[in-house]
Amino acid sequence: MTLAEQEKRFQEKIDNEIKIEPNDWMPDAYRQTLIRQISQHAHSEVVGMLPEGNWITRAPNLRRKAVLLAKVQDEAGHGLYLYSATETLGADREQTIDDLHSGKAKYSSIFNYPALTWADIGAIGWLVDGAAIMNQVALCRTSYGPYARAMVKICKEESFHQRQGYESLMVLCNGTPQQKAMAQDALNRFWWPALMMFGPNDAESTHSEQSINWKIKRFTNDELRQSFVDATVPQAEILGLTIPDPNLKWNEERGHYDFSEINWDEFWQVVKGNGPCNKERIEARVKAKQNGLWVREAANAYAKKRAMKKSA
Amino acid sequence: MSNTEWPLWEVFIRSKQGLNHKHVGSLRAPDATLALENARDVYTRRSEGISIWVVESSNIHATDIDEVAEFFEPSDTKIYRHPTFYEVPEGVKHM
Amino acid sequence: MQQPALFEYVLRMADDSLILGQRLGEWCGHGPILEEDIAMTNISLDLIGQAISLYDLAAELEGGGKTHDDLAFLRFENQYKNVLLVEQPNGDFAMTMLRQFFFDAFRKPLYEALCKSPITQLAAIAEKSLKETRYHLKHSSEWVIRMGDGTEESHQRAQAAIDHLWRYTAELFYEDTIDEQLQAQQQVPVLKEIQAAWMETVKAVLSEATLVLPTNNWKFEGGRQGRHSEHMGYLLAELQYMQRAYPDMQW
Repeated sequence: MTLAEQEKRFQEKIDNEIKIEPNDWMPDAYRQTLIRQISQHAHSEVVGMLPEGNWITRAPNLRRKAVLLAKVQDEAGHGLYLYSATETLGADREQTIDDLHSGKAKYSSIFNYPALTWADIGAIGWLVDGAAIMNQVALCRTSYGPYARAMVKICKEESFHQRQGYESLMVLCNGTPQQKAMAQDALNRFWWPALMMFGPNDAESTHSEQSINWKIKRFTNDELRQSFVDATVPQAEILGLTIPDPNLKWNEERGHYDFSEINWDEFWQVVKGNGPCNKERIEARVKAKQNGLWVREAANAYAKKRAMKKSA
Repeated sequence: MSNTEWPLWEVFIRSKQGLNHKHVGSLRAPDATLALENARDVYTRRSEGISIWVVESSNIHATDIDEVAEFFEPSDTKIYRHPTFYEVPEGVKHM
Repeated sequence: MQQPALFEYVLRMADDSLILGQRLGEWCGHGPILEEDIAMTNISLDLIGQAISLYDLAAELEGGGKTHDDLAFLRFENQYKNVLLVEQPNGDFAMTMLRQFFFDAFRKPLYEALCKSPITQLAAIAEKSLKETRYHLKHSSEWVIRMGDGTEESHQRAQAAIDHLWRYTAELFYEDTIDEQLQAQQQVPVLKEIQAAWMETVKAVLSEATLVLPTNNWKFEGGRQGRHSEHMGYLLAELQYMQRAYPDMQW
């Protein structure tokens, strides 16, 4: 079969909603796009453990501490499911992680913002997980089988993440004026970075069109961002919090909320590594890997010794 | 594989008595004992299982994608293997 | 208070669980590999769950209408009665796992014995916690063995952790009038018996791990009387931060 024929057959499968599985023929660019996107996604889960992890030891009560631990732990699990999905494409996990540490691979910029108060933990659950779920629900139908299956599992598990964040903010908003101010401050700081999570505008997005044709992505960045704004504004109203955008207004004609332009300068600066916590986040991950080196080595050495003893 | 990277394992879980073990994903572990423990922590945090199998991924042998036609298509024409192939008069029971 | 001795006894157990759970929680996001990060968090979650049940029981025994959070967050340092072992810093993975192993090897026979306690609430907690603890001990033992019989570096690190932590292990079996009182009523086990079981486990696992028991038998204690190491203040500063900075609020 010629390359052109293989490509045609591949696209037919995609068009007929037949999932692509690891051993199937796929265009190299499809494979590379997936490795890039899934590993970015995996890195985001793992780096995403850090801002919230900061508050595990300071959680205000035992219930919240357990919930936060379980949530951050889920993120480690989700990172792991996603690294496994990249491994089905022939990408080695260790190499993938090294690419994160060297700065070659990216992760969601939101995690370069600091979690400064307890309310930030609520805001991260509500907004950051909310935005992530918007993305992830769409990805449950992505064309690559292992990615789609990982997303189904992740979405199922994450359904509590957003709810716990919202519930936690609800308590603050019904609490003292000091607590409510803390919640408002968290929203002020996390609103725009949350909107940035959907990536650049469609016109600026280099990978969007091809990814849509391959059904890796089902919706464009701007479509998902709009859905997020539409879903979130009423939730903020119930909390009694004000979204920090003077231009936010319901547009009857469009049937959507209008909102201000994102500060794209800030977006690109943070992507390039100049966010408030980029350096600390990568440093923490590099340190974990280095400190774990002798542990992983030891377990391998032990396994080898045991295998030798068995065969001897 | 580097000195520090653990081998890859495939994880199969029986969700309840009476059902088959089903593939749920993979993970890395230095040996079978820790692979089982890691599988427990990674894949059964929400009571998803009552039994776990782990198999080192390199021990799995799979059909070749290029041989799909000769492997699987011949059975497509053997429709007489399915009960719907046979006609039975109405009124015949327990069949 | 109806049963001050039992209150104190349960509080000691609750504090052990909470403080070790808090320490393990510090690893979350920083583990040596994702799989083990998840495993340590699971142990932390089990311990915090046990702490909640034990504080609930303690609060009930105290009869002052306190909640588990009041007990967990709103005492002064010298009112925490955990052993010094559990408050020791995480150090490297060897230090954390050895600390865990010494504790698990103590908790397992303790829970086994408490399952038979006539204090039904305590027996119920012990029964649930025993399943968790058996798994913790299995996991920590396996790591002690892998580190001890792994590479030269891992062996050295594991031995260094044993040599350092050994001084805190005797306090696991600290007994005073509280214990004697309850033991006399056969409500709780005699710790000498627990110690024998503990020593058996420790010896078996260390031997398989090619690690050795320290010859130095100098022992520290103080935690059970509320006299802690310098690390405890910092641990509590983090643990109590929100409750102290924003008193009397709901979260």
